[in-house]
Amino acid sequence: MSFWLDQLVNGLTTGSIYALIALGYTMVYGVLQLINFAHGEVFMLGSFAGFGVIVAAGGADVSGPMVALVILLALVAAGAASAASATAIERLAYRPLRNAPRLAPLISAIGVSVFLSHLVDDGFLNGEGRYYPQVFPADTIEIGALTISYLQVFLMASSVAMMLGLSYFIRSTRTGKSIRAVSENRENASLMGIDVNRAIVATFIIGAIMAGFAGVLYGLFYSTIRGSMGFLPGIKAFTAAVLGGIGSIPGAVVGGYCLGLTETVGRELLNEIPGVNLPNEWRDVIAFGLLVVILIFRPTGIFGERVSKRA
Amino acid sequence: MALLSISGLVAGYGGITAVKGIDLAVEQGEIVTLIGSNGAGKSTTLRAISGLVRPRRGAISFSGQPITSLLPHKIVALGISQVPEGRGIFHRLTVRENLDMGAFQRRDREVGADMERVFALFPRLKERAGQTGGTLSGGEQQMLAIGRAMMARPKLLLLDEPSMGLSPILVETIFETVTNIRAQGTTILLVEQNAAMALEVADRGYVIESGVISLHGTGAELARDDSVRKAYLGEA
Repeated sequence: MSFWLDQLVNGLTTGSIYALIALGYTMVYGVLQLINFAHGEVFMLGSFAGFGVIVAAGGADVSGPMVALVILLALVAAGAASAASATAIERLAYRPLRNAPRLAPLISAIGVSVFLSHLVDDGFLNGEGRYYPQVFPADTIEIGALTISYLQVFLMASSVAMMLGLSYFIRSTRTGKSIRAVSENRENASLMGIDVNRAIVATFIIGAIMAGFAGVLYGLFYSTIRGSMGFLPGIKAFTAAVLGGIGSIPGAVVGGYCLGLTETVGRELLNEIPGVNLPNEWRDVIAFGLLVVILIFRPTGIFGERVSKRA
Repeated sequence: MALLSISGLVAGYGGITAVKGIDLAVEQGEIVTLIGSNGAGKSTTLRAISGLVRPRRGAISFSGQPITSLLPHKIVALGISQVPEGRGIFHRLTVRENLDMGAFQRRDREVGADMERVFALFPRLKERAGQTGGTLSGGEQQMLAIGRAMMARPKLLLLDEPSMGLSPILVETIFETVTNIRAQGTTILLVEQNAAMALEVADRGYVIESGVISLHGTGAELARDDSVRKAYLGEA
């Protein structure tokens, strides 16, 4: 029993990170119908900004109540760095191509993605990774058969808090409403007096803050970060967004958790079949197998609507 | 000085020039209609005024201020609202949120009161305030589109084919509303294929054919004109 509970917690942990990153994919897709493949690198830059703050504060030597403060500062720095880089990417790589055929910004996105990951890996780090200082107390909590670390509790709870914050923002603020209007119909939104460019930049910034936040959580949880770290979680989060229905915000969250659980619990369930023994690396095979299956059988995802023709 | 004045406007999309040099003026307090057949350049003219299409040549000014190259949201800020062709309702937003969108640039405290005024004008919208726009019928969507445009308190309201796809009774209602809106002080530029109704409510009208103005005059004059009767009022 305890084994399966552990798998469940692991699935929800990775799922939280996928969900946070997937939100940026789905929101940008909503306003621009663009798959922002550089989003994984926005996540990576946020992770490094948080890393910088934690190292500057003394790294693994930070202890006691200072831990909370340092992590808070790391999250703020990550959000700011990710937001700044996403704004720059939108301005330099996407906006000039706003009216170009759809393939052009997609290629531009892939170009930015490769450029940034290699810039960090080869330009600054000589291909070496960095160890995220483990500032979080390694203690665990036991609830019945379930063993869960403080870090996992923090990771899951803070992700949910961020998502609730996002949901409030999109539903109730002026900027949130302008984003919803622009994602439904850019031209009609402009006739309402909405500054479309401003709404698009706001979308990139909000998605980037979520990704930067996820970057710090990823570093704390997986300990090693590098310039290419954004690639796999980025593609997985994209899979999660497609699974949930690209363009749908609840879809990205549900898709993220589903993917996290499929990778962990799903793999172990397959291992229950006699003769099957899939090592941990198979989680990627399962994730992308799932992507192919969704694209074939339900390309609109769980919450996806049929993409409506623009008026 | 005219509230809206257009001179030598040339506009189109890609390789198509839909509007080929038109002059048009709308005075404060008027209802002016632009009639013409499908593809004559009516919608393109409205879209150029709203900033959705960048004019290739010519000038558009509003209250004496040039607006030719402004972005749409800046034009809304000056006091021009458009009810687009096909109504442009946000299907995923509720009726109330759609009306809120119309007041996007307003920060005064009378937005709520204006919404009540829209509800008084169209009680059906009040009944459906919490429903999403996509669940409304065509007529209700048209009411919502007009109400939403009024939420911006425009000086000039642009209406693109408000009668399209509606039953004769609903068309009557919509045109009555148009007259009421003018009575409350809003100037109106109305684009229509339904020339009979449009000329009935309009002070003046322009006939556009293949991107050029072929005739203009008062609503009554145009309604009596032989060529108009033949081409647009379905008489032999």
